[in-house]
Parts: sequence; structure tokens; C-alpha cells
Amino acid sequence: MNVYSRDQIREIILDALGAIAPEVDPSKILPDRPIRDQADIDSFDFLNFIIRLHETFRIDIPEKDYSELLTLNSAIDYLASRCAEND
Amino acid sequence: MYEFRMPSLGADMEAGTLVEWLIKAGDTVNRGQVVAVVETQKGAVDVEIWEDGTVDKIVVEVGRKVPVGELLATLRTAGGESSAAAEITLEDATPQSVKKPILTDAGILHSEPAPTLSVRQRVSPSARKLAEEMGIDITSVQPSEAGAVISRADVERTANAGASGSVTAKPTPPDWHAQMRVAIAAAMSRSKREIPHYYLSTDIDVTRVVNWIESENLKRSISDRILPVVPFMRAISMALHEVPELNGFWVDGESRPSSAVHLGMAISMRGGGLVAPAIHDADGKSIDQLMVDLRDLVTRVRSGRLRSSEMSDPTVTFTNLGEKGVEGVFGVIYPPQVAIIGLGKISERPWIEGGQVVVRKVATITLAADHRASDGHRGGLFLVALDRLLQEPEGLR
Repeated sequence: MNVYSRDQIREIILDALGAIAPEVDPSKILPDRPIRDQADIDSFDFLNFIIRLHETFRIDIPEKDYSELLTLNSAIDYLASRCAEND
Repeated sequence: MYEFRMPSLGADMEAGTLVEWLIKAGDTVNRGQVVAVVETQKGAVDVEIWEDGTVDKIVVEVGRKVPVGELLATLRTAGGESSAAAEITLEDATPQSVKKPILTDAGILHSEPAPTLSVRQRVSPSARKLAEEMGIDITSVQPSEAGAVISRADVERTANAGASGSVTAKPTPPDWHAQMRVAIAAAMSRSKREIPHYYLSTDIDVTRVVNWIESENLKRSISDRILPVVPFMRAISMALHEVPELNGFWVDGESRPSSAVHLGMAISMRGGGLVAPAIHDADGKSIDQLMVDLRDLVTRVRSGRLRSSEMSDPTVTFTNLGEKGVEGVFGVIYPPQVAIIGLGKISERPWIEGGQVVVRKVATITLAADHRASDGHRGGLFLVALDRLLQEPEGLR
């Protein structure tokens, strides 16, 4: 099982976001504001975003956890703890 | 008599260049047949015709750029008589002489007669792209030998020859965002000018359908999950069968309901603007199939690869602005359609049931419809049918 540092997780999240919203400058994403609002992500894009994270981290992300992925910081927290569980 | 007009191939299209006719006067054509190739900002599109008949007259010649809505050809249909439209000759076929085209209101479009080609022109996609970038009219490019496919080299040769004055170079088009704004402005202005909208709104308890989707998604892998909007697409398509006058078009002063439901999905583009391409025959599709189709459609909208029929033939539009947090959306009908249905945000609200105040997931669902084609009473019945269908989510499967 891969172990990811928080910086690596941040990079992966921003890469996934960049694939969906290429015009968004990742350095402009405020870590404690909702990602969807900042990157103008709709439910379809958000699902693709989740699918990308799922494919990279190899973890299931149930729908009830979507709210944990609201902001960059909360998403890093969530993914770090989920990856640790899997170890 | 059927008038075959330049179709609107998406909200960003104001005009198209007729690159090739695949039919000639006297030919028999069938519904769904590709009859012409039209060059748009998004590349060449195969344009289908949606009538059976015999070609009466080709009105617009190959090479001409004409606005959306302009008469391209006339068709004799079974039992139809020759109409005034059939008398329009090539010389007359300016935007002023035909019925008002959808998008000429912006005042920036002109018919641009171009050199007539004696043979069908075949163009490689990269040559087409190069010509576009260089501002070269592709119809003015001649292949190196008669009948050959036009290549990048041919375009470059034409561009060089242009220095000596033999080429009609076009001005560089403005960026597509600006063009899309112009196209949306024109279509929406026409809608508000011509369509007497009426608006209905109702709050629907969607707890059952939302819970049903959540429990379905628990059983599914991430990539097979259904978006909450999908059962609404299904229910809307089914409810339209009960009030068919909301599904179709208002054309030539009369209502033309469609037997098929091609559900136009309002999809926003990154960076602004929107398109509302169709999911064909949405009424006959399962939830799973609708999700597959929606995924395919949104992916292609965002990468700019749509087919002409899905751009041009939605019979009704569905907008899901609720996901941006709005409570209710009263839409502007996309002409010549006659209705647009809006889904607002799904939120928990106090709800009275059996004399008790309970917490329910509720959404405001709206209908904006063309009063020429339907009445408020019938519109109300549609919303009642939608409510009923949404209470039985298993029936939406």
C-alpha cells in the first residue's frame, strides 16, 4: 500500500481538479473554501473528481462522505485518514 | 412542402457555411438522412433532415455562409402542395426575403456568396483547421489535381496566392465566447419577443426518490453511481407523455407536438455560455442508460464534439440550476421549443403530512411554457403527473 504525505495528497487533488477545470490556477484555490464554488464544478464534474481520487488512492468514497471533500484542507484530512486505515 | 433550414447546432452557432450537398433536386430523401455538410465554429457537421419527401429545390449553393434559420432547400412531402417558399430563387434568398432567421437579429451576420464549386470538395480535417486559422475561405481552395482531397499544402498555396489578390480572405473571427454570447443573446431575445411564456411552480416532496437513489448508489461502485438529476430526467420524460403539447415545437403559427421525447439538457460550458443538446428518446430509457447518455453528452459538451441531431432537435429543455443552489428557476424557452422545466435545489424543509409538521427533502420544480401551444391548466397537470411519478421511484427504474 502506498503511503502518501499530505503534500502528495494535495498535489493529487489539485491534479485531479486541473484535469476537470484546466483553466483554474491551483495556487489560487483557498484551502478552507469550498472547492466546487472556486472551480465552478457541477455535480457531474464532482463525480469525475471523486472517480479520479478513487482511482489514484484505491479507496472507496461513499456518497455520505462527499461532504468531507468540500474544501482542499478537509479533503486532505479525509484522504490521509482513509489511506491510513487501509494500511 | 417542407422547408429545410440551416439548423441551430448549439447555442454558440450563429451561421454555418454550406460545404457540401449530398442531395439534388428530384432526389428522394428519408427522415434521418444526412443531406448536407455544414462548416461551423466546431468543425464540419453532418446535417440530417427530419422529413420524408422529394427534393424540390436547392436554394443555397455550396460555399455560401448563411445564418441559422435560413432556407436551404425545399422538399415536396406526401400530400403537400408547392408553397411560396418554393418560388424563392437563389438571388432572393437573402436573410430579408425568407422568414426571419433565428439569429440574424444581432445584425452582424451577412450572407457571403463564395465561389461556386463545380465538383464536390473533399477537405482533410487538418487542412480545414489550417484554413480556419489562416482566415482562408475553404471553398476557395482548389486541390492540387481535380477531385483530390484538399490538403494543408493546398491551403498554404492558396494563402500565398492570396497576396496577389485572388483569394477572399475573411477577417479573423472574434473569439468564440463573444460569439456564443451573441448567439445566446439573439435566441433569448427572440424567445422573449415572440413567445408568450407562462410560469408555474410547485414544491414536490422528493424524499422517496432521493433516498432511493442513495440506497441504489450504496450498492454501486463509484463509477456506476447515478446522479440525483437522472431520475428527474426519467420522470419528466414520462410525464410529458401525459401532456404532449409541452413536448415539441411552435412552427409556422401552429403547435407541432413531437411523439418522441428528446430531452435537451442545459449544460454550462467552462468559462461561460451553455448548450442544451438532446438525449434522444429519453422516455424509453432506463435510469442506467440515461446516466450513461448524460455522462457521454456532458463529456462531449466539455470537449466540443457534438452531433448535429443532438444539437438541433431537443423537443423540450430541462435545466438543473438547483445544483448551483437556486431554489427555483423560471426558464426562457429555447425557440422553437414550447417548454422548459427547471429543477431547484433539493433541501430539507418543514412539510405538513397528516396534520403533522415533518422534515422532508423538497424541491421546487417549475415549468415555463409557450401559451400559444398549451394552457396553464395543462401545464399544471404536467406538474401533478411529475409529482405522482416521483413518489414511485421504483417505477422510474
